[in-house]
Amino acid sequence: MFNLDNWQELYSTIKKNKLRTFLTGFSVAWGIFMLIILLGAGQGLENGIRYQFEDDAKNSIWLFPGETSKSFDGMKSGRRIQFTNLDFDRILQSISHVENISGRFFISGAVNIMYGSEYGSFNIRCVHEDYKVIENTKIIEGRYLNGKDLSEYRKVAVIGKLVKKELFKDQNALGKIIKLNGIAFKVVGVFEDSGGDEEMRNIYLPISTAQRVFNGANKINQLMFTTTASVEETKKIETNLKKMFAQNHRFDPEDEKALYIRNMLENFNQVQNLFLGIKVFVWIIGIGTIIAGIVGVSNIMMITVKERTRELGVRKAIGATPFSIIFMILLESIVITTVAGYFGLVSGVGLLEIISMNLEASDFFRNPEVSISVAVSATTLLIIAGSLAGFFPALKAARIRPIEALREE
Amino acid sequence: MIELKNIHKSYVTGNTELHVLKGIDLEIKSGEFVSIMGSSGSGKSTLLNILGILDNYDHGEYILDGKLMANLNETKAAYYRNQMLGFVFQSFNLISFKNAMENVALPLYYQKVNRKKRNLMAMEYLDKVGLREWAHHLPSEMSGGQKQRVAIARSLITNPKIILADEPTGALDSVTSSEVMTIFEDINRQGMTVIIVTHEHDIAERTKKIVRLHDGNIKEIVSTRQHKLNYV
Repeated sequence: MFNLDNWQELYSTIKKNKLRTFLTGFSVAWGIFMLIILLGAGQGLENGIRYQFEDDAKNSIWLFPGETSKSFDGMKSGRRIQFTNLDFDRILQSISHVENISGRFFISGAVNIMYGSEYGSFNIRCVHEDYKVIENTKIIEGRYLNGKDLSEYRKVAVIGKLVKKELFKDQNALGKIIKLNGIAFKVVGVFEDSGGDEEMRNIYLPISTAQRVFNGANKINQLMFTTTASVEETKKIETNLKKMFAQNHRFDPEDEKALYIRNMLENFNQVQNLFLGIKVFVWIIGIGTIIAGIVGVSNIMMITVKERTRELGVRKAIGATPFSIIFMILLESIVITTVAGYFGLVSGVGLLEIISMNLEASDFFRNPEVSISVAVSATTLLIIAGSLAGFFPALKAARIRPIEALREE
Repeated sequence: MIELKNIHKSYVTGNTELHVLKGIDLEIKSGEFVSIMGSSGSGKSTLLNILGILDNYDHGEYILDGKLMANLNETKAAYYRNQMLGFVFQSFNLISFKNAMENVALPLYYQKVNRKKRNLMAMEYLDKVGLREWAHHLPSEMSGGQKQRVAIARSLITNPKIILADEPTGALDSVTSSEVMTIFEDINRQGMTVIIVTHEHDIAERTKKIVRLHDGNIKEIVSTRQHKLNYV
């Protein structure tokens, strides 16, 4: 049945009924186009928000010291809380579900960073070896800090990609000595970070070494750990932390400003629900659009058959079999929906590409995209539905009795 | 060629049954040129529809070219229509978005003749009805007489056994009607069986035999001028 003749017959029919063909095709193309745009926009929104969470581990809990706001145990309010190595040990001992834990020590005053005659200004982070997991740091050369670096107070450094670029240009950095305020540290690794350029201008030092070298004693400025706990369990952990720190640092457990806890897991969980909501919303609208397209196609095919009753009657009188009538109507409907669906798909994806290329990635929207499998299956669905939409009118057309069709004026 | 034995046909609309054909016996031989006449309601269109396998009958036998036409499904009926019959209608029934040549070639499309060959044949038949120059015109650009000639060419292209024409001159003026009848006469002279349904006497007079219907029965079969009258 798929010989050239059928296509020529189809072509002549379509060519002579341009408006009808256009309207049918347009409703299909529009349906697919809107679906693609919606899916893309939804994905863009999700990408944007997800990106913000990529910088740090999603299951981490961060502790920041504050100033007491209530007088407690004979001490006035306004006292600064200072974490120490003891707090680090206590968390390890008494808090459940701790996976990776690290502290951070801030060096006071500016640090002069040099390699040979090259120098630059970079941030220094003095951390434990587990910080790699918490920050989602990706090592691209050498290694990260390890337990031995910390226990042996080694003077080693892991530098960001941009630090390497500025200090070492194209040279190899591994094994080279950089000087921090004149003190020599050996570069053991280079890293990347998805947190952006600023993150890659960091230098990581072992916290134990830094405390010694930069007069830190046993001071720690921030504590952070990842947890295997569920969202509900992290709530309990938060309470336990608060109680423990209040006791050890002698502040009122009700004091909101003495200790700040940031629970990434809880935040992320809320955002997950938001994603789900967006997805459901997009699909409801998308399916609605597709249904509208299908109804459009079947409507137009119905009108087509009505309009062509006489023509179909003539065709039957001169020898068209019912099958050939069904085939003709169906082929027309499939060809129109396929071509139009493809057109809608391509223009939708094209528009998304243009938006994605020209739109500055913002915090809430980046890289609108559709997975090709979703797009293709949506189009396939519409084509199948379009053929079904054409099938019943075609069946009706095949049942037209020639005399009745010819009688119709 | 055609043999009708005691054909009955009724139409049921709601509770009323309309007995349109009440036992038609008719024989038409190969090469005959017959007109079927009768007032409106006499059953002449119904008879033509049955002859054209466009409608089925209730009782009796219809034998076309030696084959019994009974209980045909749509596909079979379509096949016989395509192979054995050529239709000409009062309102021409050309396909409006196809040009003259394509209209003429259409029956061959359903015989799976390839495009080149059927268009060539269509040109040949258009030439026979004097419309070669009009091959690429749409029906809307033609006069009634021209449209009817295109329709005649279309009915002839499959080289059918019988041409069935339903009031072929009903929508034409007398001069054009005469031209169309001349074409039918030519076709008949070449051996084609032609059956024309008409209510115009001067049209019927130009055929060789007139079958008069009255109230669903054959009232008389007469030979026209050229032949001696023989009453049934």
